[in-house]
Amino acid sequence: MTLTDMVITKTIDARGMACPGPLMTLIGAIRAGAVGDTFAVHSSDAGSKTDIPAWTAKAKHELVEVRPQDGYSTFIVRKAH
Amino acid sequence: MIDQEAPLSLILFSGTDDRLGAAAILATGAAAMGRPVNVFLQYWALDAFRREKIAAWHGAAPESGPSGATLVRESQAQRHWSELFQQAKDIGDVKIHACALSMELFDITPADLDPLVDDVEGVAAFMSDATQGPITFI
Repeated sequence: MTLTDMVITKTIDARGMACPGPLMTLIGAIRAGAVGDTFAVHSSDAGSKTDIPAWTAKAKHELVEVRPQDGYSTFIVRKAH
Repeated sequence: MIDQEAPLSLILFSGTDDRLGAAAILATGAAAMGRPVNVFLQYWALDAFRREKIAAWHGAAPESGPSGATLVRESQAQRHWSELFQQAKDIGDVKIHACALSMELFDITPADLDPLVDDVEGVAAFMSDATQGPITFI
């Protein structure tokens, strides 16, 4: 599955938000969501590149894809449990 | 959901907004990664947690200079450290304790403190919470 044909439950535009804001917003969305929900987070914060994968692995959710964009990255995370 | 990790214990002494901001970032990251966080407020840090002045400008560390202080002021206006501590508490096990001695020294009562502060504790009680994991003095 690619970014373009994936069903995204919710897109979080966290561009411009300082570290660790994008991660905190993602954590909130995952907590409020249902198992299987897929979230796209746009983040321009450099810390997100390490923090979102680290948290996703630790919390045992699925990091589906990290897509570099123009001046930011998009993280696709699926709530696994 | 997240495996429990060793707690992080932060002793906050300095009341300047840059140090409190850095401490809030550490607390938030630790909470996100499943570490319980114990924060002990002493001296100027405790003073900065007064209900009346938590949102006020508390200055920056001496090494910041005038341009550094402006930078800190701008970043705090965008997202204040007290909001980060609240976020850390929302997602994790984060307790903020006021040092009993500093309360006396500064003539502060629990009612004077921001609701972010959970309780007043003596140093021995704090140390008994902090037997595992690192203790960091900021």
